[in-house]
Amino acid sequence: MAVTDYLRERFFPHMWCPGCGHGTVLNSLLRAIEELGLNKNNIVMTSGIGCSARISGYVDFHSLHTIHGRALAFATGVKLSKPGLKLLVPMGDGDALAIGGNHFIHAARRNIDITAIIMNNRIYGMTGGQFSPLSGPGKKATTAPYLTIDREFDIVELAKAAGATFVARSTTYHAKESIEFLKKAIDHKGFSVVEILSQCPTHYGRKNKEGDAPQMLENYRNNTAKIGSKALADDPSLIARGIFVDVERPEYCQEYDQIIERAMKE
Amino acid sequence: MTKQIMFLQGNEACVEGALYAGVEFFAGYPITPSTEIAEQLSGRLPERGGKFIQMEDEIASMCAIIGASLTGKKVMTATSGPGFSLKQEAIGYACMAEIPCVIANVQRGGPSTGNPTHVSQGDINQARWGTHGDHNIIALTASNHQDVFSITVDAFNMAETYRTPVILLLDEAVGHLREKLILPEKGELPIVDRLRTSVPKGVDYHPYLPREDGRLPMSDFGGDHRYNVTGLFHDMWGFPSNNPKVVNELLRHLVDKIDNNIRAITRYKEHYMEGAEYILLSYGSSARSAIHLAQNRRAKGEKIGVLELQSIWPFPSELVREKCAGAKAVLVVEMNMGQVMAQVKMAVDEPGKIFLANRIDGKLITPSDIKQLLRVIQGRGV
Amino acid sequence: MAKARLKEQKIIRDWCKGCGICIAFCPKKVLELDAEDKAVTVRPEDCICCRLCELRCPDLAIEVFKQEEE
Repeated sequence: MAVTDYLRERFFPHMWCPGCGHGTVLNSLLRAIEELGLNKNNIVMTSGIGCSARISGYVDFHSLHTIHGRALAFATGVKLSKPGLKLLVPMGDGDALAIGGNHFIHAARRNIDITAIIMNNRIYGMTGGQFSPLSGPGKKATTAPYLTIDREFDIVELAKAAGATFVARSTTYHAKESIEFLKKAIDHKGFSVVEILSQCPTHYGRKNKEGDAPQMLENYRNNTAKIGSKALADDPSLIARGIFVDVERPEYCQEYDQIIERAMKE
Repeated sequence: MTKQIMFLQGNEACVEGALYAGVEFFAGYPITPSTEIAEQLSGRLPERGGKFIQMEDEIASMCAIIGASLTGKKVMTATSGPGFSLKQEAIGYACMAEIPCVIANVQRGGPSTGNPTHVSQGDINQARWGTHGDHNIIALTASNHQDVFSITVDAFNMAETYRTPVILLLDEAVGHLREKLILPEKGELPIVDRLRTSVPKGVDYHPYLPREDGRLPMSDFGGDHRYNVTGLFHDMWGFPSNNPKVVNELLRHLVDKIDNNIRAITRYKEHYMEGAEYILLSYGSSARSAIHLAQNRRAKGEKIGVLELQSIWPFPSELVREKCAGAKAVLVVEMNMGQVMAQVKMAVDEPGKIFLANRIDGKLITPSDIKQLLRVIQGRGV
Repeated sequence: MAKARLKEQKIIRDWCKGCGICIAFCPKKVLELDAEDKAVTVRPEDCICCRLCELRCPDLAIEVFKQEEE
């Protein structure tokens, strides 16, 4: 199948700004699904609110566009009630880790078989460029005219600590790598997290003088390095890319099946 | 066959009703005084292959049951005061996306933390107006365990019939009181199951296009019809729309689908109402005291009756007007500052004869509390 | 191994928002923006069919078709 077979083409061109990385994440995600040969009827995409969340309207899966920050909670209900379904939950950084931070760590703790894709553009785009918990200090935003003083989360470390059993990071520049990580994440039995650095040239890029979309991608190329690489060893200030966690642990729905078995015996 | 008789809490009667109605999925978070509902279902659901999950918070619980409902399951959550506040945004989502679900709110004192272990009926208005935007909602209540059981079954049935969240407004006194429940046999009470679309695979399915009878057949997630569910204004396919005609029709539908069925939704009971000159209009645990008083006064020859509402929203205005028309005075007996009384005053022709008999101090309103006020109204002194 | 040759670089004009990502990172400078700020194939003969334009396109507007190998 072609990638367009997974799209609701009637809604294209999409609503994202020119050069927005979210389109590339959608692109990579569809290729991963295509390569895995998944059945469209078997996929539920759940999203929250924000630029990122509009992704669920564009895919020809069961799509659940919910409320801000709660996509993982909705997805947990879908998954536990029908564990045969594949749950894909793309979220923005604010959606996933500010308002939705609690659901994120608890979904990870349960190790429920859901794939969380965090499209990290380090800003609230839909509302016009306010800083997010991923912006980090010293950044300009409409709510930080004198620069941010908030420290940022490290999504990989947060996901690891919370108990996610698959954790990876890539960027929209590294599309092939993203596809590879997404494939592995979707295939993984348990809670998987893929952070994809995704440029927002309209707000973040413009306010922080990072240039247009190609320049921001250039930065992703220059400022990141694969884990285990010489480049990263030489310059630890680079952002690490790669698969950070890939372990087996009991999955929540499977564990619950055992509860049902025990309850039925007693 | 002899019927099974149980001695249990109101919260447990609610659980029995939910199981009878076919609940398959529960998500919740511990909160007094509703916790027993979660505790009971954590054991009872898996016994029959159902699922229970304790979520990280109240909001997540509400979201999880909405997700589960979309896979075709009958779903429920239970909460109290502060938890009910937290759930409001997701309840609004379920209204907008028309997702069947039942929310039991075992009311306690408020606002804020109030008093978790004391009784109140202060969430009447929140059940109706808690979420933003125009919509309609169904809220049911009951005063004894037999009725808690059957009204819980009704709640599930109405959620399915009207594709809407239904709120069960229980209260601490009923929830924690222990009394008898005679368990209805299978088939004794009607059960409404999920109406699924008959549109075959490959044919365009409209999840938000009502049939002639107003019902909207659903398609389970994982089935052949891949559609969109959103809290945005949406068209009949569930896709976002800004078309004024589409938006107008959607919002009117959300209100009308319940208003137009108010007769079918209305639940009430009459106690000693024959020729009643004074009517005690009440609901939930307050109604127990009202009934007790009416029973005693009737025995003494006073014409006092009780109109017990079991459906609060949509407010049964016509019923109330009709039943209260001949009364000398109507005392609305409730444990809040007159939330139902305000509705009654709007419903009747002579609002001047409507009085409030209330208690808001965390104590159950007693028959003598009501009697004192009644004596004043009757002109018999304090 | 024979070098992959381009059969067609299909670009959906309506979808392309002219961000320039495909152009900036094409290793062979096959693409350019036209007067309407839409990506167009200008040097198809140089294309090595690496498909990076297709994979990175945020508008999902590009599809690369290779010539069938002989």
